[in-house]
Amino acid sequence: MNILRPVVTIAQGLGYELELLGSVLARLHHVPARARLVADQIYQSALQTVHVVLVVGTFIGMIVALQTGIELARIGQQDQIGTIVSLSMAREMGPFITATILAAAAGSSMAAEIGTMSVSDELSALEVLSVDRVKLLILPRVVALAIAAPLLTILCDTVGILGGGFVAQSQLNVSYQLYLDSAVEALRDPGRILPLPKDVYGGLFKSFVFGVIVAVIGCAAGLRASGGALGVGQATRSAVRDSIIAIIVTNYFITWALYQS
Amino acid sequence: MSPTAEAVIELRDVRKSFGAQKVLDGLSFQVPRGRCLAIMGPSGTGKSVILRHVIGLLKADAGVVSVEGRDVARLSKHELSDLRKRMGFLFQEGALINWLTVGENVALPLRENTRLPDAEIRRKVQEKLELVHIPDAWDKLPAQISGGMKKRVGLARALITDPEIVLYDEPNAGLDPEISQSINDLLRELHERLRVTALLVEHRVRCIRTVADEVLFLEKGRVLVQLPPREFFASDHPRLVQFLGKDPD
Ligand SMILES: Nc1ncnc2c1ncn2[C@@H]1O[C@H](COP(=O)(O)OP(=O)(O)O)[C@@H](O)[C@H]1O
Ligand SMILES: [Mg+2]
Repeated sequence: MNILRPVVTIAQGLGYELELLGSVLARLHHVPARARLVADQIYQSALQTVHVVLVVGTFIGMIVALQTGIELARIGQQDQIGTIVSLSMAREMGPFITATILAAAAGSSMAAEIGTMSVSDELSALEVLSVDRVKLLILPRVVALAIAAPLLTILCDTVGILGGGFVAQSQLNVSYQLYLDSAVEALRDPGRILPLPKDVYGGLFKSFVFGVIVAVIGCAAGLRASGGALGVGQATRSAVRDSIIAIIVTNYFITWALYQS
Repeated sequence: MSPTAEAVIELRDVRKSFGAQKVLDGLSFQVPRGRCLAIMGPSGTGKSVILRHVIGLLKADAGVVSVEGRDVARLSKHELSDLRKRMGFLFQEGALINWLTVGENVALPLRENTRLPDAEIRRKVQEKLELVHIPDAWDKLPAQISGGMKKRVGLARALITDPEIVLYDEPNAGLDPEISQSINDLLRELHERLRVTALLVEHRVRCIRTVADEVLFLEKGRVLVQLPPREFFASDHPRLVQFLGKDPD
């Protein structure tokens, strides 16, 4: 039954998380007044993750290029390598990898920060002082990741495509110019809804949703933490686990909605 | 404290258990307006739990906790928040927001719940910091100050809105005798001059003598004795003699 336990946990927590998301949405008009807290949170989550995104993004691009490039070369189609790398980075790899990194670094520290406040009576203090903790603690974090995730995804996509190009030139004898031309060309295809490159905005929409998911699950885990340092550790672990599961499940449904037909 | 006077805080037959552990077991007492009732008792008997019931952080399993005649457990979220704005609460461990400076901790209720201009908020906060003898602590973070200082910041924060009802959880813990005496004088003055109603959890006899009008000894979840401090500390009740030692203070 061990395999089912995370699913059960998510099902139990889902109500709480949706309610928290609801109360964040109901307070969105307070964002301008909280701009400084939001900026602080964007800065912190970027600081925690940007170096990881750079390294992992580059290597993911290189891996995709190598894996598919070897097969393509076998049938003489290695010119297509730029197309494949840029599409898979923009649609899937960039948003997913970035969200996973955010879950591990930013979401976990949100759970730890808020969990620590919970077990040291700080949340009770806010309650007693009639201070709205959603406005003070949760709103800035959710808005921050909703903004930071797409920005970091653009970075991840970019370094991934560049890394793929390095492999294409050095391992597969595809010139960097040809690679980049086909990579950019592949992303030009406009979508039906917006006159923008569909694969780019589709991927960024995904990462926006993932950012919200990571922040809401991290904050919810922190708010429910109890029982001292042990409880904080538990909250941090479950935040990372639950948000990665939620990212993968949501990813399927968004992909289905964007690319069916 | 005569039961005929208007009771601001009243507990009637309050029961509370955590799992199998009975903490409050039929507890009843009243605090009239402008009075200060001290609660004494061994560690872990539920003194902090009582305060948490009065401010609505915990709900009794049975019995009624009322403030100004209204059952705290039955107030709507909005009503409870309005009531809390007129109450001050000093947590046992201070419960300062760890990422805000001392000054911003004290300012928090004003910043979040009022439209006072920044200069006015700064003036009020500085005034309270001076009252608790830490005028220069504004920019320090909670992690950088001692336990006794945290206590005093917590006290300044509890008093920043000039509450009519204050609940103190061991305000003297971690304070040296000199500061302790001046804090006790401050508490005394609050309810003598401003008619603040207070519940005070405290072990220090000197504090209770200075501040409280009556003392209640809590044991096994109910009131063992409730007397004015003079009589309480002179009592030859065997349990009190055992708890206080022969020569209190
Ligand atoms: N939220 C809680 N959950 C479980 N047990 C609690 C909780 N709060 C207090 N207790 C228990 O109730 C008892 C009384 O606690 P407390 O009121 O803090 O004691 P004290 O008289 O020292 O202030 C303790 O045994 C404590 O473990
Ligand atoms: Mg206590």
